[in-house]
Amino acid sequence: MRLDVIIRVSIKVLLPFILMFGLYVQFHGDYGPGGGFQAGVVAAATVILYAIIFGLAPTKRIIPPLMVEIMIPLGVLIFAGVGVVGLLVGESYLNYSVLAHDQIHGQEWGIFLVEAGVFVTVAGTMVAIFYAFTGRGRS
Amino acid sequence: MVLLTLMAAVVIGIVRVRNLFSVVVLGGIYSFLMATVMLVLDAVDVAMTEAAVGAGVSTVLMLSVLYLTKTEEHVPQHTPIVPLFVAIVTGAVLVYGTIDKPAFGIADTPMHNHVGARYLEQSIPETGVPNVVTSVLASYRGFDTLGETTVIFTAGIGVLLLMKRRSRKVDRSSDEEQG
Repeated sequence: MRLDVIIRVSIKVLLPFILMFGLYVQFHGDYGPGGGFQAGVVAAATVILYAIIFGLAPTKRIIPPLMVEIMIPLGVLIFAGVGVVGLLVGESYLNYSVLAHDQIHGQEWGIFLVEAGVFVTVAGTMVAIFYAFTGRGRS
Repeated sequence: MVLLTLMAAVVIGIVRVRNLFSVVVLGGIYSFLMATVMLVLDAVDVAMTEAAVGAGVSTVLMLSVLYLTKTEEHVPQHTPIVPLFVAIVTGAVLVYGTIDKPAFGIADTPMHNHVGARYLEQSIPETGVPNVVTSVLASYRGFDTLGETTVIFTAGIGVLLLMKRRSRKVDRSSDEEQG
C-alpha cells in the first residue's frame, strides 16, 4: 500500500470535492436536481472511497460503526418526528405548513428537515452495510 | 442507440465470462452506461443515483463479497434451454405490453392529464420550491418518501442482523478453540 502514491494523492485531492458535491446536492435540492437520497449516497461513497484507499481501521476512527448504526434509525425518526409535529398542533400528519409562521416557510422547513432525515438514513445504511461486509475476514 | 448497443454487448459479456471478477467490473460498466442513458433522458437525479449506487457502492460490495468467496463460476450442469425459454417468453410478453403504450413524448397521456399538471402549476405558490421533483417527493408525496426511507432502514437493519450475528458466532467459536 506504500507504493500507490499517485492514487493516494489524487484521491486526497478529490475527496473534499466529492463530499462538497454531496452536500451541494443535499442543500440545493430545492432548486437543482437531487435531494436527500442522492446526497446520502454520494456522502457514503466518499466514506467508502476513503476506506478503500486508506484502510478500514483509520476510517472507523473517523466514523465509528456505532455512530453509523445510530444514524440508520435517527433519520427515520427525524422524518416521522416532523410529521408528529403537525399532529401536535392539530393538523394532519406530515403537514409542513404549521412549522413556521406562513405556509411557504413551513414547507421550506419541512422539506429541509425531511430531506435531512432521508440523508442521514441513506448514508448510515450504506456505510453500515459496507462495514458489515468488509469487517468479516476470510473464513 | 449507441448506448443501448453497448449495454447489450456488456450483457453478452457478463453471460459469457466465467471469471466473477470480470463480471463485477462489467456490471459497473453497465451501470455507468445506464446512468448515461438516464442523463440523455434528462433524469439527472436518477443518473446520479445510478452512478453512485449501481456503479460505485454495489461494485465495491460485490468485490468485498468476492473476497470472502471464490472468484470462479462453476460450469453449469443443466442445459440452458428451460431458462432461455422462460426468458424469451417473459421478454415477448413485455414487448407485447409496450405495443399498447402511447407514443414517446405525446402530450395527452393519462400521466399528464391526472395530477401532474396541478403539481406543475401549484408547486411554487403552495411550497415555494422551484424544483417540482423535490416538492412532489418531499411534500405532496411525503408518505411515500417516508415509506421509502423506512424500506432503506429495514434493509440496513436486516443486513446488519445477518452479518453481525454470524461474525460474532465465528468469534465465539474461535475463542473456544483457543481456550
